[in-house]
Amino acid sequence: MTQDEHKEGFKGMANPSRYGIERVAYWLMRLSGLGLLAYFIGHIYETSNILRGRVGWNEFLELTQTTEGHIVLAIVIAMCVFHTVNGIRVMLGHGGVGVGKPARPDYPYDPASQNYRHKIGIYSAIILAAIAMMYGLAVMFGE
Amino acid sequence: MAQVSSIADDQSSKSITLRIARYNPEKDSERQFMEFTVPYEKWTTVLEAILDVKKHFDHSVAVRYSCRQATCGSCGMIINGKPRLACFTKISELDSNIVTVEPMNNFPIIRDLAVKFERLFDTHHKIKPYLDRDDTELESDAKEFLQSPEELEQYIQFANCIKCGLCNSACPTMATDSSFVGPQALAQAYRYVADSRDKGKDSRLKIIDDSHGIWRCHFAGSCSQVCPKGVDPAMGIQLLRGYMLGFRS
Repeated sequence: MTQDEHKEGFKGMANPSRYGIERVAYWLMRLSGLGLLAYFIGHIYETSNILRGRVGWNEFLELTQTTEGHIVLAIVIAMCVFHTVNGIRVMLGHGGVGVGKPARPDYPYDPASQNYRHKIGIYSAIILAAIAMMYGLAVMFGE
Repeated sequence: MAQVSSIADDQSSKSITLRIARYNPEKDSERQFMEFTVPYEKWTTVLEAILDVKKHFDHSVAVRYSCRQATCGSCGMIINGKPRLACFTKISELDSNIVTVEPMNNFPIIRDLAVKFERLFDTHHKIKPYLDRDDTELESDAKEFLQSPEELEQYIQFANCIKCGLCNSACPTMATDSSFVGPQALAQAYRYVADSRDKGKDSRLKIIDDSHGIWRCHFAGSCSQVCPKGVDPAMGIQLLRGYMLGFRS
């Protein structure tokens, strides 16, 4: 970005700290989306190892059986759950569902679009992601 | 360039440190902050503190303002990290001994706290911010366009927009996309689409149905949180998208 435009840039876009839980959800949605994209590419590479035969496949699969591999998979589970649940909330919002009705605003002007339904949706996505991640960790490390 | 000053003769009120961003694009290579110690009462606004600095310490501080009552939309700036109207923000409500004022993000800087509004007005004009129909109620023999209170309720909230630009400054898409039409213009598009007197819905939807138009909004909602008039642009944009996706008729 040029100084002339005075754009806040990526740093401002990615800063989740100033505008409440909705901006945190926005940031987590982007982060989990990029994470899942990276996992998807890695997953394609991983499954392509089947072309190396059973031995090659098993060798590569062992990578996911390490402590680091388990942690990565647990994070992928969390990203997947958050992206799905929050994605449903955002899709409904994009259709104008659950964003409130237009009305004359009263001071202090709490925005109707940032209502409790969406806040519950965001917190649910975070909590479900955390539960799914913990369950995944329990299964993987409990073997 | 930092400067510390104080008003020694005013012992009755509390004081804060006001940090003002100074930058002249024609002369300076980067932004610098000047610091002033300014007295305040519980009713003192940030704009009054800036004007105090201009009156007593440095008259060259560039700031745009006019009505001082959150009606003209001139004095938008970043106050302690968030876009706010300086005339509508009391120092006492910031709950900080240091108040930092910077020019709004996502607007080119003219000098110091004053920014260019050309792009905001261009995008506002682009969505045709007027009743779009062939007939008129201005001729002497024409009838007034009647509207029920329920129909008025559909858009009156969005007619409160004062074009201060705070929503565009807070928007995460505006932070990275120079071509994005922005929450201000999109909310105004909804204002006219939802107006029962307007006949230009299809042409307006065509204007914003663009790769840098309404589809670039990701419903972060920051625009609505900073709006000083309760316009709630995020709601307007989602309702507008509801029209385009067929959720609303």
